[in-house]
Amino acid sequence: MSNEEESIEDSGEKQDTAPSPEPLPIAKPDAVEGTEAQPEILAAECAVVEVEVPSTEPVAAEEPELVRAAYEHPLPIRITHWVNAISLFVMVTSGLRIFRAFPSFGPKIPEKVLIEIPKSLTLGGWLAGALQWHFTFMWLFAAGGVVYVAYQVASGHFRTMLFTPGDIPGVWPMARHYFFFGPKPPATGQYNPLQKLAYTSTIGLGLLSLLTGLVLYKPTQFSWLAFLFGGFHLTRVWHFAAMCGFLAFIPGHLIMVLLHGWSNFYSMLSGWKRDPEYQE
Amino acid sequence: MITRLGDKELKRQSRRQLLKLAPVAVLGVFAFPKVSDRLVAAGVRFSDWASGELFRSQHPAHTFSDSEVVPFAKFPYNYYDVVDPGVDLGKWTLTVEGDVQHPGEYTLAQIHALPKICQNTRHICVEGWDVVGSFGGASISDFLKLVGANTGARFLEVECADDYYESIDMASILHPQSLLCYEMYGQPLDRGHGAPLRLQMPTKLGYKQAKYLDTIRVTNVLRPDKTGYWEDQGYSWFGGL
Repeated sequence: MSNEEESIEDSGEKQDTAPSPEPLPIAKPDAVEGTEAQPEILAAECAVVEVEVPSTEPVAAEEPELVRAAYEHPLPIRITHWVNAISLFVMVTSGLRIFRAFPSFGPKIPEKVLIEIPKSLTLGGWLAGALQWHFTFMWLFAAGGVVYVAYQVASGHFRTMLFTPGDIPGVWPMARHYFFFGPKPPATGQYNPLQKLAYTSTIGLGLLSLLTGLVLYKPTQFSWLAFLFGGFHLTRVWHFAAMCGFLAFIPGHLIMVLLHGWSNFYSMLSGWKRDPEYQE
Repeated sequence: MITRLGDKELKRQSRRQLLKLAPVAVLGVFAFPKVSDRLVAAGVRFSDWASGELFRSQHPAHTFSDSEVVPFAKFPYNYYDVVDPGVDLGKWTLTVEGDVQHPGEYTLAQIHALPKICQNTRHICVEGWDVVGSFGGASISDFLKLVGANTGARFLEVECADDYYESIDMASILHPQSLLCYEMYGQPLDRGHGAPLRLQMPTKLGYKQAKYLDTIRVTNVLRPDKTGYWEDQGYSWFGGL
């Protein structure tokens, strides 16, 4: 029993890391030939998988019916996904409370209130409380982001989600399907081009939040960074804009998760997606 | 990367992987206010420690040309209690205590006699607003030399005529732009801005810039619940920029 578990465990982990030692055969055609290269990529990935499959077969053979499944989300991705989701919730709600103390991007005198933020949307009770949450979870958010990106790069897993120029032609058909009930483009991989665009954008937004946050927290120690963002005032605007970016992403993300049902949601908890849409 | 496996096996694998995610549930403790209050306070202490490590004692805050300074009328009067605690400017002296060779009372004239520094720097409030102002005064470091302070001590505590109080790390106090400020916009401090003497440190947030200075004390130990008026209520103690 335990041996079987180990063998499947092993094969699962090998699948995750397998692409990294040989990035060139996969990355090159993708970058050069765009979408036409997709079948080749899948073929390449398949070839890797086929080597591993025999190790799972002794177990699988005992079951009369086999289920198609994919281990889509390695553990580090799942952990950082949920840590980042929680951190982001805290950062946005406490951030809104902080913004409430001076809800303007102009001068103090005269103060023009840009937006009145309801207390109910905020965390921390008052400015000091909100700052405490913000200054605690900023570390978690930063750590989650760094670990996530580092793992994506080191494992090669980023190829499933990174938006590349080859994905551009696929964006409009997907958007037409989502927003205007157009025909559904065939699934070619774990994520469609619009998903890749959204997920890749969140990495950019996270980076922007962290860097602008660093400037607002230590404008003197990081004066060179403040300069790059156009000064203290503009940095505050960028920091707020990054939050707006996240606020644009989150509802769309949640709606899509709701629409795609339990199996899809459960995959971000268990890693395994039962009967994925795409072919092998 | 599609695999084929038995239904039971898939369920078992999924459960195993789900359990591996369990450590993330630890973050659930933040849902309990009694626990989260202490955790986020600890988070701020950690951030303060990191801020102290990041602080570059000689790195200057940005200075501005006269044309970039906001008009005096647009420099806010920010106060926590009263705009004017009614300091008797004629009899005022600064009491110096603690780890110094020459404790006692110091007059404004003695502070005026030190080399004068004028600087246009950004004053940033923890609320998020900022103003570029014009400040003049003596470097705190020069004054500490005058009183024979042990600058190897860790903190400077200050007490004010309006019962405000503060404590600041020695590295920030010794920063070349940290002033005992007695002038704004070339005029003696007015009562609303802390006459006759206030702190002005462009490497610190506004609430660290105590006004109406009354007593300063060089020390190695802070009283646990008396580190600063706002700090004792939950604001960051380091408050550095």
